[in-house]
Amino acid sequence: MRVPLSWLREYVDLPAVTAQEVADKLTAAGLKLESIASHGHDVKNVVVGEVLEIEELTGFKKPIRHCRVEVGEPTPREIVCGATNFAVGDRVPVVLPGGVLPGGFEVGARKTYGRLSEGMICSERELGLGEDHAGIMVLPAGTPVGADVVELLGLRDDVIELEITPDIGYALSIRGVAREVAIAFGAAFRDPADVRPPEHTSRAWPACIDDPTACDRFVLRQVTGFDPEAKSPLWMRTRLIRAGMRPVSLAVDITNYLMLELGQPLHAFDTDKLTGEIVVRRALPGERLETLDHVVRDLDPDDILITDQSGPISMAGTMGGLETEISDGSTEIVIEAAHFSATGISRESRRHNLVSEASKRFERGVDRELPLVASWRAVSMLAELGGATIVPGVTHAEVEVRPARVSIPAAHPGDIAGMPYTKETVVRRLEQIGCVVVDGDDPAVREGGVDPTGVVTGGELAARLAVKGDDMITVTPPSWRPDLTDPSDLAEEVIRLEGYERLPSVLPSAPAGAGLTEGQRLRRRVGRALAEAGYAEVLAYPFISADDFDRLQLPADDARRRAMRLANPLGEDEPLMRTTLLPGLLKTLVRNVGRGFADVALFETGAVYRPREGAPEAAPVLGVERRPTEEELASIEAALPDQPWRVAVVLAGEFERSGWWGAGRQASWADAVQAGRIVAAEAGLELSVVADQHEPWHPGRCAALYLGDLLVGHAGELHPRVIEAYGLPPRTAALELELTRLETALPGPAQAPAISAYPVATQDVALIVPDFTPVADVEAALRDGAGDLLESVRLFDVYAGAQVGAGNKSLAYAMRFRAPDRTLTAEEISAARDAAVALAADRVGAQLRSA
Amino acid sequence: MSDYDPVEVTPLHADEVSRMEADAIAAIKAAGSLDALKQARLAHSGDRSPLALANREIGALPPAARAEAGKRVGTARRAVAEALAARQAELEAERDARVLVEETVDVTLPWDRRPRGARHPLTTLQERIADTFVAMGYEVAEGPELEGEWFNFEALNIAKDHPARSEHDTFFVGSTDSGMVLRTQTSPLQIRALLERGAPCYAIAPGKTFRTDELDATHTPVFHQTEGLAVDKGLTMAHLKGTLDRFAEVMFGEGITTRFRPNYFPFTEPSAEMDLKCFVCRGASAVPGNPPCRTCKNEGWIEWGGCGMVNPRVLVACGIDPSVYSGFAFGMGIERTLMFRHNAEDMRDMIEGDVRFTLPFGMEI
Repeated sequence: MRVPLSWLREYVDLPAVTAQEVADKLTAAGLKLESIASHGHDVKNVVVGEVLEIEELTGFKKPIRHCRVEVGEPTPREIVCGATNFAVGDRVPVVLPGGVLPGGFEVGARKTYGRLSEGMICSERELGLGEDHAGIMVLPAGTPVGADVVELLGLRDDVIELEITPDIGYALSIRGVAREVAIAFGAAFRDPADVRPPEHTSRAWPACIDDPTACDRFVLRQVTGFDPEAKSPLWMRTRLIRAGMRPVSLAVDITNYLMLELGQPLHAFDTDKLTGEIVVRRALPGERLETLDHVVRDLDPDDILITDQSGPISMAGTMGGLETEISDGSTEIVIEAAHFSATGISRESRRHNLVSEASKRFERGVDRELPLVASWRAVSMLAELGGATIVPGVTHAEVEVRPARVSIPAAHPGDIAGMPYTKETVVRRLEQIGCVVVDGDDPAVREGGVDPTGVVTGGELAARLAVKGDDMITVTPPSWRPDLTDPSDLAEEVIRLEGYERLPSVLPSAPAGAGLTEGQRLRRRVGRALAEAGYAEVLAYPFISADDFDRLQLPADDARRRAMRLANPLGEDEPLMRTTLLPGLLKTLVRNVGRGFADVALFETGAVYRPREGAPEAAPVLGVERRPTEEELASIEAALPDQPWRVAVVLAGEFERSGWWGAGRQASWADAVQAGRIVAAEAGLELSVVADQHEPWHPGRCAALYLGDLLVGHAGELHPRVIEAYGLPPRTAALELELTRLETALPGPAQAPAISAYPVATQDVALIVPDFTPVADVEAALRDGAGDLLESVRLFDVYAGAQVGAGNKSLAYAMRFRAPDRTLTAEEISAARDAAVALAADRVGAQLRSA
Repeated sequence: MSDYDPVEVTPLHADEVSRMEADAIAAIKAAGSLDALKQARLAHSGDRSPLALANREIGALPPAARAEAGKRVGTARRAVAEALAARQAELEAERDARVLVEETVDVTLPWDRRPRGARHPLTTLQERIADTFVAMGYEVAEGPELEGEWFNFEALNIAKDHPARSEHDTFFVGSTDSGMVLRTQTSPLQIRALLERGAPCYAIAPGKTFRTDELDATHTPVFHQTEGLAVDKGLTMAHLKGTLDRFAEVMFGEGITTRFRPNYFPFTEPSAEMDLKCFVCRGASAVPGNPPCRTCKNEGWIEWGGCGMVNPRVLVACGIDPSVYSGFAFGMGIERTLMFRHNAEDMRDMIEGDVRFTLPFGMEI
């Protein structure tokens, strides 16, 4: 909302304050300053001149005039001018040498077209008054020569642009803003709606309301003999432009001007294009209307329409129809002012993707008492400025609406604020915004109603929201404040006007909390451990495309291909919610490589979205008058996808760097698997690693990661085709693991081990096994076979070659034995070692490599 | 004594003992290395050294002479032993000094064989915020990012046709009437916290949120907020202000100036915007004529987040009696907080995953 300060001053006796001071007060009251635009403060030395003589100069590419202009000085000025729309005797704005035009444009005396030019004759645009640059601005005859044009035309003004929140529709008007300014400065306010239209008994035009849920007041007035040639006065055009609207024609400008001033949208019909009775109703199936913007719209049966006997003529409160629009030649005009359903207009506007100045106001709530007044002011201005004659009579169709009332204890605002306000303060503040306040409770207020934004205050809900206490007052909010329906709404009014800056600052003491959950702690530890291990965290968008599934080589029946789809994705290329973290990480890796970082290790923790088998297509949208039942809540959860928390890593290039110390080490499948072990270790768990074939991993370099029988993830080197499809560096490796599954298996506090002080006995064994034998199986056999005396077993060499025979490998283990209560004997040590080797022989056919 | 015929034992003569001692000490001093000293030790202090041999002759003396001779030899041997120890220490010190010099390395050589990674600042900032409130007794609440429409809107008093609804550029899932959306705010976590925990309830809930904004320097369709909620008996706006003042101090340092300004959110009433006095220009840029400020765009204040008293309608929808309990709630953008707190200028850097952006933030923020 753009508010020229001069317009405010018309209705508020403002003291000498700057626009910034006004804006600061409004911001503190909840109408936030967006920006201030200053106009005309730099303009000087522009005066009214009378053209005494015009000499047409010839020999130039365009017509040039050399004029003598009387400007109230001892001698007339000589001025060269390129415009031709003025005549001798006209009064025109002249900027004298040394003068300044808007934008700091300085004008001097100079030679041009062979003549001296002492200044310039100005167009509207040059004066910052509008876009009109077709010719010189010709002022009304009789404008005093030599007068200061800045003062005369009100060039100097500040425009405050305010951000208006959706609840305070009244502030989308000069009237509403002026009221707030008057309260803020304690200044007198004159209500521009405070006019009394004459009483009429006759109707202006036949009309009725067919659907009382669509419209509760509909007013028509008529003028005749309007002069279509009449121009909007300059002050009106200036204000419209400053407020951000484009002047069109006098009749349209008047409706816009009054909408800005009062907040009541108005519509002007050409009387000659109306056919019979006007009916406010919902659309019929198949009805269409071509609106002012030349779009033919298919109407929805929920759309609110203004119709006559020919059919729809206007989309109520949103946009008029092209057919009945007033034209350049209209002389007979019907003015419509109505009060439409806020929700109805909101729906209509959204349905047709059509936001207009009118719809913005209606959906935020318009003063229901304005239509009679605004329509009267409109016909009065058409008469005054456009020579029209007001046709006696007014059409006034209405549906009875009971004004809302709210009862609260006088202390309620203070109870909410946390500081006391006297009852006198509470009542005064509520009266300042236009409320009527009476002492005492009124149980009838809890019968409920519907607020303009469609929030239902059912009787039951109103009773639940009621605040009781001592010293009750009953408040009837003014017709322009349909947002005030609940006790809290009244509290906010008192608190904001008393000043949020006066609120005390008190830290409450919450009851002792339980701290982070084990799952929350685990996620932090996992992030930290991976970062310590060399991975940098990324937060990729969770949007993916079906192409990602192909790039990942997922089989047609892979569960990860079942994804939730966005109805309105940012781009059609990524309409799906991720079912795996890998695509985002891989793209980020490619981006880093592309920016010159070949050695990259990344991780992400986050949710994936996995549709549940047999889930309903939609989640119910429940009511809000009470707590939903557990079944109702479960019906929402049932439709939502499973959203487990996962961790994934990707890495490529050198994981350990080359340097002066020697060669580095390439990132490999082993790092990815190790990342899984790091994650599991943070959960106090040990993974079992099993060879697997699972896309998008290399079928020979893919590990499935288990906790017992529970599959928690996969790791390894990516499939060469995946690497090609994403343009990844060769041998890129990845891990993806479901943290939510680890959380279900958290082992609880670690148990302290008993530390034996007896000596350790070390035994090395080398085992020959077929080379396809998983090392993990060999080690498990050794552990199981060695029994309790085994302290640790560590693989320290893997050898394949002629000495162990083709198709075999030799695994060398260092085994450490120790007893808790004695020094082991040589026999005990040998026995344990032999038992370990024997079990390995039994399980995986391992043979002891002869020394 | 005169009738005794003394045996003449030449090595035990005082002159002779002095000479042996002098020879020994000279040899010890002359030893230029630990090896040479070892040889000198053998020659002058070993079993076959002259002084050791002389010592053996003492027994051959008449008893009356033994004490004097023993004393003489003993003194000489002690002197030699002391000289040996002193020279040993000298030579070892020389050797040590030499070896340590030889072992000198260039300690300025790099050793970035395995560089550390880092956590994303948006993650660690959410954790720091959570910690701040956990320290006040709050618990960290969680909920789904793909959320039921009822939780994201209706339960928060944003009815279907509410004008505020169109300000949320919502991602719909499946179809626009599926009842499922990507949560546009962390506020549905208020509803979940209240439904799960009831009152009293003190919860902080950082998380991912979504709106259909195109990515640019100050907007991203996927962003993060933190929600805070306190519902208890007797909570007031003063408590809200006290809580957020503390929060601002923890985030931006002592002495930060805050301001409450009326605003509108359907799920709080009264509602406020929490502004911070610009900590770059300290508000000076708002005064005409002063230098401009990029951080606050010459407003002097920075919008940090929305807050207010929980709308009693929300409490009703969660089954909490507003005549017994009241509460406050607030929501802050994590990206904005990161921008202010760490001078991050472009949101694109936060989402693109360039390691150069992330690495400087380390493990905690």
